[in-house]
Amino acid sequence: METEFTPFASLAGGTLIGLAAVCLMYLRGRIMGATGILAGAIMPTGLADWGWRVALLAGMFVGPWVYLLVAGQFPPITVPASTTMLILGGLLVGIGVTVGSGCTSGHGVCGMARLSPRSFVATATFMAATGLTVFLLRHVWGG
Amino acid sequence: MRLFLTFLIGVTFGTGIVLSGMANPAKVINFFDVAGTWDPSLAFVMGGAVVTTFIGYRIVLQRPKPVFGQTFDVPQNRTLDRRLLGGAAVFGVGWGIAGFCPGGALPALGTFNPQVGVFVAALIAGMMLARLALSRMPAPKVAQ
Repeated sequence: METEFTPFASLAGGTLIGLAAVCLMYLRGRIMGATGILAGAIMPTGLADWGWRVALLAGMFVGPWVYLLVAGQFPPITVPASTTMLILGGLLVGIGVTVGSGCTSGHGVCGMARLSPRSFVATATFMAATGLTVFLLRHVWGG
Repeated sequence: MRLFLTFLIGVTFGTGIVLSGMANPAKVINFFDVAGTWDPSLAFVMGGAVVTTFIGYRIVLQRPKPVFGQTFDVPQNRTLDRRLLGGAAVFGVGWGIAGFCPGGALPALGTFNPQVGVFVAALIAGMMLARLALSRMPAPKVAQ
């Protein structure tokens, strides 16, 4: 299905993501990686390291409500995958980000902004794997 | 106060994610579907986020320490190994199948869309499975 090209909204959203990453480093000295923050929240190493993660996650959930207040509706979320594929995808993402030490926000944004060679390699690898997967599912096996 | 400011950072991140389109799997998959219904919007997300963070980190990391903390907790690992490549590749396949990445899905939970809940439950299960498997192997370093 087609989606609308939204360069300005996407650039503005990306800038907010970057702003959040910079503020988290400024205030708490931490990388804004969704994977690491979630992992530490559900498998805490201690109370002192737990509270800020939960506060950050709670804030994330409010994001769509800010969008609702401004735009008058929730942001569009269209899931082309079936429930089975959604579960398979979720499992693979969970395994991959844990083994590979980061995801789109951790490696893709914070790591590349730090010019980390690991993050450049990880980002190039997952982008290539995602592109290949989409191509195979849509144009080779799917239709 | 510290927790409230951290909460506001989460709100900023979550708002940025949903505004950018990263929380919408149809848009994510279309970004990668160059041979089909291509939507290049997500390039603007990555561009805006990386440039802002690059400039901001330059300024912030000149400080001796963060406002609420003693050290900047920045990964120092520089090794390029099979774990990094393999993990990133598996993540990429999963992202291509489902269209959600962790940073996209967590804010999307706020819409109470049941499909997002299904994805996040599977995501957490996958993270726990991987931790369990890694804890039985040497090199116990896990996600930052």
